Amino acid sequence: MTLFGLFRRSSNPSSAQTAKDRLQILLAYERQDRSRPDYLPLLHKEILEVIRKYVPVASEKVRVKHQRGDQISTLEIEIELPGPRAPVAAPAAATPKSAFAR
Amino acid sequence: MAKIIVITSGKGGVGKTTTTAALGAGLALRGKRTVVIDFDVGLRNLDMIMGCERRVVFDFINVIQGDAKLGQALIKDRRLENLSVLPTSQTRDKDALTREGVEKVLEELRNDFDYVICDSPAGIERGAHLAMYFADEAVVVTNPEVSSVRDSDRVLGLLSSKTRRAELGEDPVKPHLLLTRYDLGRVARGDMMKVEDILEILSIPLLGIIPESPTVLSASNVGTPVVLNESSNAGAAYADAVSRLMGEQIEMRVLGPERRGLLQRLRWRTA
Repeated sequence: MTLFGLFRRSSNPSSAQTAKDRLQILLAYERQDRSRPDYLPLLHKEILEVIRKYVPVASEKVRVKHQRGDQISTLEIEIELPGPRAPVAAPAAATPKSAFAR
Repeated sequence: MAKIIVITSGKGGVGKTTTTAALGAGLALRGKRTVVIDFDVGLRNLDMIMGCERRVVFDFINVIQGDAKLGQALIKDRRLENLSVLPTSQTRDKDALTREGVEKVLEELRNDFDYVICDSPAGIERGAHLAMYFADEAVVVTNPEVSSVRDSDRVLGLLSSKTRRAELGEDPVKPHLLLTRYDLGRVARGDMMKVEDILEILSIPLLGIIPESPTVLSASNVGTPVVLNESSNAGAAYADAVSRLMGEQIEMRVLGPERRGLLQRLRWRTA
C-alpha cells in the first residue's frame, strides 16, 4: 500500500468497513423486532376482531406498541375510531391485511 | 454428566460439519469421551467428514424409533478410542426427529460421555431447532461475510429464547464465536471484515479463528478431521479452540495462510 493507497482509502471506505456499517444498521433494526413478544400479532388480530363487532375499523387503525424495560415493559394500544363525518368504511369482514404479519 | 454443545450457524456452508469433526476429534485427543451427532436428517454428511461412511448400519432415527439400540448405531472411531459418531438417517422423513426422541437419546449419551457435540443442519427449521434445544453451550460458526454474520445474529436470538434453558429460565446457553475461513491478507487489504469488527457486532466470546486453508478440503477428501493434521494452520487453530472449549486460557493466535514446504507436502500425502 503506497501513499496513493492512503489517499484513496480516505475518500473511499474499504468494502469491509461498508460491510460492518451495513450490518450494524440492519441488526439494530432486526434485534428490535426480535425482542417483541411472540403474541403481539395474534393480540393485534383479536383486538381488531372485537372492535369490529361494534365499529368498522381498518387494521392499520389499531396500533400495538411494545416497549421493553429492565423492570417493567409497557404495552401501548392505540385505536383510531372513525369520526362522525368519516366516510363509511368497507365491510368489516375484510381479511386482515399485511399489517398483522409484521 | 456430559456437556451438550451445539455447532450451529444459520447459514449453510460456513463449516459446521468440519468444525464438529475437528472439535470432536480434538476433545477425544485430549482424553475426553466424545460423541458427535449428525442432526441433518436426509442430508447425512458428518459420517463422510469423519471417514466412517462405510460403517453406518443403524442411525439416529432408527434409535429414536426404537428399531435399534443406541449401542448398535454408535460408530467407534478407529483412530481415537474416545470418539464415537452417531450418524443420521439419509432417507427418512424429517418429522421422524421428535423432541422426546432426541431428549431420550441425549440423556442416555450424557451418562456415557464427557462431551456430546450436535452438528446442526443449516437454517432454522426443525432439525436446527432440535440440535440447539437441549444444548448447554453453542459454537456459532461464522464466516467474515455479511450474510453469515447476520444469520449468526439470528441464531443467537434463537439460542436465548428457543432452547430448553431459555424456556425453563435456567442459565442461558453459553455462546462461543468460531470465525472460519479468515484470510489475513484480505483483511489487510480491507476486503474482509476484521475479527474485531465481527466481535463488536455479535458481542459474544471468541473461541477461535480458523484461517482459510487448503488443508480443510484435503482433510475432508480423505475423511480425516482437520485437527489431526498438526502441520496445518487450520488444524492448529482448531486445537487451540478445543483447549478454550475445555476452559483453558490460551492466547488468541491469528494464523496466516499456509506455506507448506516440500517435506510437509510429502508427509501429508502419505498420512
